[in-house]
Amino acid sequence: MKKLGDVLLNPEPFSELLMGNYALVRAMLESGVRVVTSYPGSPTPEIGAAITSLPPENNPLYFEFSVNEKVALEVAFGAAVNGHTSCVFFKSVGLNVASDSFIQLGLMDIPGGMVIVLGDDPGANSSQNEQDNRHFARLSYIPIFEPQDPREAYAMFKEAVRISREKHMPVVLRLTTHVCHAKQIIDFSGLKITEPNNEPGFSPEKFGPYIPLTASVFELKKIALQRLKDFQKDIEVSPFNEIINNGADRGIITAGLPFKSLMDIIPEMEQSVNILRLGVVHPLPEKLVINFLKDNGEVKILEELDDFLEQKIKSLAYDHNLNTIIEGKVDLDDWIGEYTPDKVWDVLEKNWPDLLRPREEKKPLHQAIPRPPQMCPGCGHRSAFYAINKALDEDHISVADIGCHTLGYLPPYSLGQVLLSMGHCSGTASGLSLFNTSKKVLAFLGDSTLFHAGLPGIINSVFNQHDFTLVIMENDTTAMTGHQDNPGSGRNVRGKTKKIAIAPLLESLGVEKILEVDTYNQKKLTEYVKEALAFEGFSVVIAKHPCMLKFSREQRKKGFALKNVRITEKCREIHACVSAFGCPSFQLEKDGTVWVHEDLCIGDGSCIQTCPVQAIEIKK
Amino acid sequence: MDKFDIYLIGVGGQGIGLLSETLVRAIDHAGFKVQGVDTHGLAQRGGVVESFIRIGPSHSPLVLRGRADLVIALEINEALRGTNNFLRDGGTLLYSPTEWQPLAVRIREDRQDVRAAIAAECNQRNIKKVLAEKIELEDPRMENVVILATLARENLIPGLKKGHFSLALQDLMAGKVLEKNLEIFSRVFPG
Repeated sequence: MKKLGDVLLNPEPFSELLMGNYALVRAMLESGVRVVTSYPGSPTPEIGAAITSLPPENNPLYFEFSVNEKVALEVAFGAAVNGHTSCVFFKSVGLNVASDSFIQLGLMDIPGGMVIVLGDDPGANSSQNEQDNRHFARLSYIPIFEPQDPREAYAMFKEAVRISREKHMPVVLRLTTHVCHAKQIIDFSGLKITEPNNEPGFSPEKFGPYIPLTASVFELKKIALQRLKDFQKDIEVSPFNEIINNGADRGIITAGLPFKSLMDIIPEMEQSVNILRLGVVHPLPEKLVINFLKDNGEVKILEELDDFLEQKIKSLAYDHNLNTIIEGKVDLDDWIGEYTPDKVWDVLEKNWPDLLRPREEKKPLHQAIPRPPQMCPGCGHRSAFYAINKALDEDHISVADIGCHTLGYLPPYSLGQVLLSMGHCSGTASGLSLFNTSKKVLAFLGDSTLFHAGLPGIINSVFNQHDFTLVIMENDTTAMTGHQDNPGSGRNVRGKTKKIAIAPLLESLGVEKILEVDTYNQKKLTEYVKEALAFEGFSVVIAKHPCMLKFSREQRKKGFALKNVRITEKCREIHACVSAFGCPSFQLEKDGTVWVHEDLCIGDGSCIQTCPVQAIEIKK
Repeated sequence: MDKFDIYLIGVGGQGIGLLSETLVRAIDHAGFKVQGVDTHGLAQRGGVVESFIRIGPSHSPLVLRGRADLVIALEINEALRGTNNFLRDGGTLLYSPTEWQPLAVRIREDRQDVRAAIAAECNQRNIKKVLAEKIELEDPRMENVVILATLARENLIPGLKKGHFSLALQDLMAGKVLEKNLEIFSRVFPG
């Protein structure tokens, strides 16, 4: 069996089939990165999984999942200004949380070198938007590398470290979902782990100033701009830019994974095109772009999400008096969704209808029934939503937050009607409760999100005396992203820690009404929610139950067989189990019969109390 | 081998990640150029999970709609979805008889005779249908080995032999787990 940790630490050059996220860890090891930090978020958490697969006694990387992206970035920054090469990675929207400190990074001299790995999510596969983080590069004067596949992600990471160390400048490596998760054979170089230097290298005298106050801000800004300008010259000759000249009069400028999509539909083209593929998207290799514009009568900017390259390239053409026709986004659809091969076909067809051969449109005879994601069998959140619905009047407002419990918005629970971002719920609920005497306001928040960004909203609710009920859905883990520990878990990636208990934490903040209950005790939870809603002022119900997906996996690993429930002869086909409780284990036949699917049921028994005629029992 | 594209689809929790990893490795052991990608997303919450595997010359890890040569589906509703979205006319559908009802069926908003729908679609588009057998397994995720063994037995990926699958399984597991998986494989494909 090939153990990932051993593969990644192989001292010899080797070839292996690995996904982009894993390949990055080899790049970190080869380039002497010392400190890696993160907050888990798709599409990047497998980078953390690969790091934790390294045998602890042999792991040259210090790694932590920090409480949020901003803290993670700051830890990596602190290490890097002290001379240790660092890397912070997180998902697209994580940069919003980190941005207050991220924007400052560009102004700082970072002697150790620091690479920020961003997992953008065009297509919003697992995010609340598909924001284009290239815009942050302009705000912060930080360069962005954009790999097309795992092989290039590995190579670019090493190049990003090299540049970052040489120029003392932070560098962003922007990946997208299907670069992170793509698997291919990668040729890796050898690995020599050198004895680490623990000498603190922090020196404001030598590398500072590090206090950006009025006088020094302008000086620091000028240095940042100059660094970027110098880098811009270097990348004119970067091997990561690529020109494919087919002697055509039309050209396409593109970058990242959309380049691969484009290459896949070349065989569908009736005419040829020239291609310029950019490996660095900020700043632009201007001469290269201008020459490409000059060489082509018409150029299409093929870019996923926003018109980031288009704006810059059009302004370059204006500055250089070029007559090239530049085609950018045609309509709103061009701004939306991942640029898969199908999407690239759609986009190009709009600009150049003669370019591609006509497509056959096929209509299936029968559509498949949609399958939205849902909470797992045994999930404590299901018990909670079922019980909470029993405590609510028709007229209420419920505020969702980010986590598995967001799925409560779906039927049959329909709880959680508005969602902005991590930890928004207390603030939004506070606003919803103003002047509101007829509708009770209820908000949901998970434990990892509470530590991440939920605390300021809670403190504000105490400080400004808001009136709503917050239900904290505590499952001891960060379930949505693959069960990473949080400060309430009592563990981190290295081992046991002192658990931060939520109830005493809230007490110390001055929350007056705190009720705590296991979510499987549905009757009690219903009572508590009623009591909390009746309370005047800010009240909290902590609804606890460990994540059952994590629990059932651990049980299986230990070799324990999971039990099942079964439907007994007492069943009167009331269907509370299927339609109100909604555990996916219950299957409903056309004639109204209900049965329990053995592939799905974990025998937790949280459903037993939902049957009005006691027709569910644990199977003997 | 010439270009050969595979699209895998199932439900979160069925272990499609390991299935796809095993298959990609088996193809690599057979000496073919290969790349793949899984869509993770909210997959482990019982939503649709998909994976692409591309053999031979290819660029993007994603396949154009209606262009896959082979669709592998771990669940019957997903077999219909995969066929509709990605399978080319004249391609092959390998699917498991497993059924996990989607939400709309369980809350009585929708229902269809999915077996008949698959049959009609395959009939109209000249698609070869291969149904994997259902055998008693202690862990439902071991159904994936039945799928792999059926692939090998029916020779659905030209050039991919039983030995390549064993090598792939040996890359990914050891000890009793490996033994059990190899045993199930041989039960379905003794050859």
